Amino acid sequence: MKQSAREEEWADWLRLAIKGDVQAYNRFLVAVTPHLRRMARRRCDQYGAPASEAEDVVQEVLLAIHLKRGTWDPARPLGPWLTTIVRNKLVDSLRRRGRQVSVPIDDVSDFLEAGDETHEAADRLDTETMLAQLRDPQRDIVRSISIEGAGIRETAARLKMTEGAVRVALHRALKSLAALYRSD
Amino acid sequence: MKTDDLITLMTQDAPVGLRYGRALAIALVAGVAVSGVLLVITVGLRHNMASVFETARVLFKIVVTIALAVLAARLAMRIGRPGEALRLPALLLGLPALLVGAAVAAELAVLPQATWKANMVGGNALFCLFFIPVLSLAPLAGLFWALKQGAPENPTAAGAAAGLAAGAIAAAIYAWHCPDDSPLFLAAWYTIAIGVVTGAGALLGRRWLRW
Repeated sequence: MKQSAREEEWADWLRLAIKGDVQAYNRFLVAVTPHLRRMARRRCDQYGAPASEAEDVVQEVLLAIHLKRGTWDPARPLGPWLTTIVRNKLVDSLRRRGRQVSVPIDDVSDFLEAGDETHEAADRLDTETMLAQLRDPQRDIVRSISIEGAGIRETAARLKMTEGAVRVALHRALKSLAALYRSD
Repeated sequence: MKTDDLITLMTQDAPVGLRYGRALAIALVAGVAVSGVLLVITVGLRHNMASVFETARVLFKIVVTIALAVLAARLAMRIGRPGEALRLPALLLGLPALLVGAAVAAELAVLPQATWKANMVGGNALFCLFFIPVLSLAPLAGLFWALKQGAPENPTAAGAAAGLAAGAIAAAIYAWHCPDDSPLFLAAWYTIAIGVVTGAGALLGRRWLRW
């Protein structure tokens, strides 16, 4: 596959992110999401599934990218890695929701080329329901960071924890969220 | 949860603690070290290793098991990375198999027919069948731990690849003790022992390597 300019840009961001660059990682995730959403919507429309379900699929794919980003070899192109993980997780997620699907690879690799589309994010599993299923320090940390918009340091100070402990708990919380989607 | 909130959360968890490639390297080094030490402190190296090393059969046994271990470990590593081509590393596994086939043919051509059976059965077939799986435990545990951080598309195949790699590593270690040198012995018992570990890996992978 030819490396598009977008793919190179995303690869640069993810390379920086793996080393701990928060801003670069945010740019990467914000850039990828609309493309995931378009793919998920297209699949869900095909089966008459509501847009909220597509949004759950988007979140599940995002979590897979997040939790498995350590398997990308930064010396290699990002495209094949990203398209494979997205396709696998899309199929997996849709199938678990009872939709027999196959997602052609071209459909997925297109998103490295296609234009941006932004949509409103409509979610099905509301935040409180989800938070209720997390254990204690994780729940407070998730609430503090995602809803109140605090950083790691601020959250650590607020909860009287060390920054390291907050990081560990946050990582576990994201793993738990991924498991929640899987058990849905 | 709003997708934007999820992105905010993930953003704060940006750095990767342990990359998959490094996890796999640690697992392989630790697995080989543990099983190597286990061999040395239990049954020990073959007492006349230095003097028999030059003989073609011993050298072949060592080289072919190491080759299989390296090729299978390479496949196991790739199978945990999304988007990696698997066909070539899988096909390369045929190479040690061809070598064993050629060595068996040569052995049969050289040895009188009356001694074939004795060479195949050897002196320690049952111990070989027992000890290769034992030596594979540490590498298998390590590879499963590493593959848990990987993202294998097919958990059963990933488990089988891990089992094959662990079995081949165990065989390559056992070869330093094994007193049976005939390629006929190698083709029979080593193959069964490695096959058992591969099958166990496939079954365990199906359960444990989903993500």
